[in-house]
Amino acid sequence: MSLHVLRIGPACTIQDQGRFGYTEQGLSRAGAADLMALHEGAALLGQSPQLAALEMAGMGGEFEASQDMRIALTGAPMACSIDGTPAVWNASHQLLKGQHLSLGAVSRGSYGYLHVGGGIASDPFLGSRAVHLTAKVGQVAAAGDALPVGQDDGDAGQKIAVSDRFQGGTLHVVRSFQSDLFDDATRARFEQTEFTRGPRANRMGMQLDSAGEGFAAKGQLNILSEVITPGDIQMTGTGNPFILLNECQTTGGYPRIATVLPCDLPRAAQTPAGGAIRFKFVTLEEAADLQAAFVRDLGRLPSKTEALVRNPHDISDLLSYQLISGVVSATEKGDPQ
Amino acid sequence: MTHADQFPMVRNVGLDGMLVTFADTMTETSNRAALAFRGMMEAERPSGVIETSTSLASAYVRFDPGQLSHVECEGWLNRLLADRDWYAARLPKGRKFWRVPTVYGTDLAPQLEDAAAAAGLSASDAVERLASSRVRVLTIGFAPGQPYLGPLEPAFDIPRLKELNPMVPEGALVLAISQFVLFSGPTPTGWRHVGQTAFRCFQPERTPTFALNPGDEMQFVSITPDELDEIRTRNEDGYGGAQIEEIEA
Repeated sequence: MSLHVLRIGPACTIQDQGRFGYTEQGLSRAGAADLMALHEGAALLGQSPQLAALEMAGMGGEFEASQDMRIALTGAPMACSIDGTPAVWNASHQLLKGQHLSLGAVSRGSYGYLHVGGGIASDPFLGSRAVHLTAKVGQVAAAGDALPVGQDDGDAGQKIAVSDRFQGGTLHVVRSFQSDLFDDATRARFEQTEFTRGPRANRMGMQLDSAGEGFAAKGQLNILSEVITPGDIQMTGTGNPFILLNECQTTGGYPRIATVLPCDLPRAAQTPAGGAIRFKFVTLEEAADLQAAFVRDLGRLPSKTEALVRNPHDISDLLSYQLISGVVSATEKGDPQ
Repeated sequence: MTHADQFPMVRNVGLDGMLVTFADTMTETSNRAALAFRGMMEAERPSGVIETSTSLASAYVRFDPGQLSHVECEGWLNRLLADRDWYAARLPKGRKFWRVPTVYGTDLAPQLEDAAAAAGLSASDAVERLASSRVRVLTIGFAPGQPYLGPLEPAFDIPRLKELNPMVPEGALVLAISQFVLFSGPTPTGWRHVGQTAFRCFQPERTPTFALNPGDEMQFVSITPDELDEIRTRNEDGYGGAQIEEIEA
């Protein structure tokens, strides 16, 4: 069984939760930019959040089902329809054999997700299906691809209410081992500054712009290259911040002023170009509590789905539906009187 | 977890990591200490540890703070530090010596002359010194399978560029701060591009996927562009014509 790609945006990749344990060999984890969207899709389909989905940056595509299958749509909302009939976002649907799913541009946020019942069953590499473009592990999905779909037998027609994480906002950060390379005044100014997401952004990282001078560290061109973790906020030579994401390098020499908590990375990654971002320092203890709450929320997602009831106003071809199916005539022969 | 006065020091890396740093400069002993300390972390691996790695003079552990608290993790690392003199540790066994054919300068490696000038050397003198240097894989990072190599002689302690090179190709040998990096894929960089090889550090389609290990040694032997072209026509193993020897323990 497979999902055929008829046309597709330029930056769509298969992603799961990423591959762990290869930092020593310089291979960063990759994995979905919006981990929560991955879990929401799994909850809508009643399946494991370890399964892979298609991550679509900015623009979706058009897909055709080779067999009846279930799909779910999560993350940054996109214009979407099945055979021309609008379909609800943050919901699961049946896609019948031969039907076309059309996904357009994101209306808010950056990364939309297309999940299939049974997950996308591409060949794993070192324990994960996550495409890692900078490492040349896998490649972007292209027109003509047939995305393999795993075994599946569940129901569709579920929806889920999601937290709005598609317009930037305040990201919690902790001090990290290089924060002291920046003096107190620079760190304070960093926390008081409103940034906007710049045009340079991909799965490796996203550039932030701000008015005023940059955020330089002392002697920052000659510090020892040191380990990087996703969420690190790195200053390049000119003092411009980048938030590093799941496909970042594993080590680097530009100093990092702070690190975004893992639980706030979905919102960081989903911030659209021009979206406003602020940073708030928290202690390690507060950070551990925020992260624990996020992990609990992910675990509760399967209990938060509910039946999707279609609004008749959304059904363009209402008159063609058999609305009285199952009603029997009182006068018909064979009436059980 | 603020700065301690003495090395080794233990500091946090974001929410879910800790770093044990043996020096603020890369030295032979600090690099060896990091490799040996990481070996001990792997041997013990308490519940909640996700992975470990080394950088030039540090060992890193990533963990789940929901399973292993910051206090517990720091306590574990301090106990390991007190266990022995990590600066006296030996290099790992099973290391290899790789001699990799390299084109210095020309349009294949256009920043050789710039790097030589920054080092106060003529281009030919710089090539002679670089091509005869035997360097060690100090750590692997920034990109998959990609080694940091050194130390080179002090003349090559030149700073990174302020503006990034937009893109250098796979197999590029780049130079800064008395170290080489051999690029495993096309990458923007703040280091100067001084040499070009046909060596592939990371081959996802092959086993072994990763060519090098920390502690291996390398030399980048000077060849002509024509010789490199010839090597590329018979580069099935991806090692770019390298000669490989086992290093005696």
